Amino acid sequence: MNWGAIAAIYRFEMSRFFRTLMQSFLSPVLSTSLYFVVFGTAIGSRIDQVEGISYGAFIVPGLIMLSVMTQAISNASFGIYFPKFIGTVYELLSAPVNFLEIVLGYVGAAASKALFIGTVILCTAAFFVDLRIAHPLAMVLFLVLTCLSFALMGFIIGIWARNFEQLQLVPLLIVTPLVFLGGSFYSITMLPPVWQTITLFNPVVYLISGFRWAFFDTSDVPVGLSLLAIGGFTCLCLAVIWWIFRTGWRLRS
Amino acid sequence: MSTILSIRDLRKRYDGGFEALKGVSLEIEQGEILALLGPNGAGKTTLISTICGITTPTSGSVTVGGHDIISGFRAARSMIGLVPQEVALEPFETVIRTVRFSRGLFGHPRDEALIERILRRLSLWDKRNAPVKELSGGMKRRVLIAKALAHEPRVLFLDEPTAGVDVELRKDMWDTVAELKADGVTIILTTHYIEEAEAIADRVGVISGGELLLVEDKKRLMARMGKKRIEVLLSAPIRKIPPALAAHDLVLTGDNDTLVYEYDTHAERTGITRLLNDVAAAGLVLRDVKTRESSLEEIFVDLVSEGRS
Repeated sequence: MNWGAIAAIYRFEMSRFFRTLMQSFLSPVLSTSLYFVVFGTAIGSRIDQVEGISYGAFIVPGLIMLSVMTQAISNASFGIYFPKFIGTVYELLSAPVNFLEIVLGYVGAAASKALFIGTVILCTAAFFVDLRIAHPLAMVLFLVLTCLSFALMGFIIGIWARNFEQLQLVPLLIVTPLVFLGGSFYSITMLPPVWQTITLFNPVVYLISGFRWAFFDTSDVPVGLSLLAIGGFTCLCLAVIWWIFRTGWRLRS
Repeated sequence: MSTILSIRDLRKRYDGGFEALKGVSLEIEQGEILALLGPNGAGKTTLISTICGITTPTSGSVTVGGHDIISGFRAARSMIGLVPQEVALEPFETVIRTVRFSRGLFGHPRDEALIERILRRLSLWDKRNAPVKELSGGMKRRVLIAKALAHEPRVLFLDEPTAGVDVELRKDMWDTVAELKADGVTIILTTHYIEEAEAIADRVGVISGGELLLVEDKKRLMARMGKKRIEVLLSAPIRKIPPALAAHDLVLTGDNDTLVYEYDTHAERTGITRLLNDVAAAGLVLRDVKTRESSLEEIFVDLVSEGRS
């Protein structure tokens, strides 16, 4: 295992993040604050408690997931797409590294960035609502697994994308709607029965439900199923990336 | 000298069906400088990309220092440094960080003294903390070399390193290549510039249409393929070549006052003495006699056109 290469990629990617620290830090703080002002205070004051939890607190896990998923995807996809775009990917392909080391470097950095942003949002939320975390270890586990699996997905998107438009396509047209419709701001029990059934086909539901369980000990779907969903998704992404590097798809000619 | 790079029947056919390499075989000795000459689309970059792992070969084998580039890719690639044709650099990173990254990518621990030595050698030390985007085109090319040298490779590929750079920088590059050779680094460079190969290479390979037409010691190649010409300058112009000189296959040039005679330097009889005697017998008065050797460029053009036909 070329640990030095993993560390070099990780450091290089993180340096880009720290170069734009204000943007990386302020953006999630501002958007979370806005969500709390709009949903938590203006609209939330007119909504009764959801499953015994104040609406402001109820949306915190969904808000964190929303940011973590989109940030993990965009950081990982940009991380590998940019070297392809500017041509520096030659260095990666000609270095003594295998696919796992490349993935660990890029995905590890993207997941770290998403984790940092998730933590920032969690801290920001604590200023607005009274937060309690019923299962702290499970919360960390769900958060880390979500960061990793969505960073893996982002990495695949970054390799697949041939231009910046494609880079934005999947996050905008697929991921964001799935996250919004995955119970970020509501419990799926609030939906009519037909929509409850349809919603269960949305994989994001299982992630948000599991994460919310870690906070409030209440979930829309069984926690085991949530863990299975996120574990399965991570394995699927890893398998796709392994295939990409084995065949050189969109990387090697 | 021992062989450091061995290429056997290397073929590359792209998905569209284009065959960029048609069974290239080549042995490169440790510490030599090999210049690969060839027109655009000859397969020079594909050959380098395949050896370095950027392009997957269709068939054939390559070993670097005895390590196969597929089964022993870690050991093989660790020995190789690559300076690509295109200037591809992370624009927002500083020079020193991007060079450190390259070293790290090869699994080497940080070595600030070595990085400083490399940057100083390439006149980049003063710019070490400047973002790459602020550098001139020539400096960016030097950064590419610094990156390729950061992990102390034993074999360095330079893919058209002086394409589009000014004369002064080109000479600097040649000096750098000479220094690297002195350090024992094996260098394979592709170039369009014949004078570059002529100035720095030990051996010259000519590639065209995905085939290696020849690889030969530069001096031997020039001696073998080279023709010399004598230019006989006359004291007064003449209307046509006198019939007495017809056997010499001369060409009348200049202001009809220069007779050009081409001969093979290795022929048993060059015919020079007879020519000069016949010129005197024809009543022509000589003003001067010049000799000129054919350049590598002329040899290259001859070889490629022969290969095409």
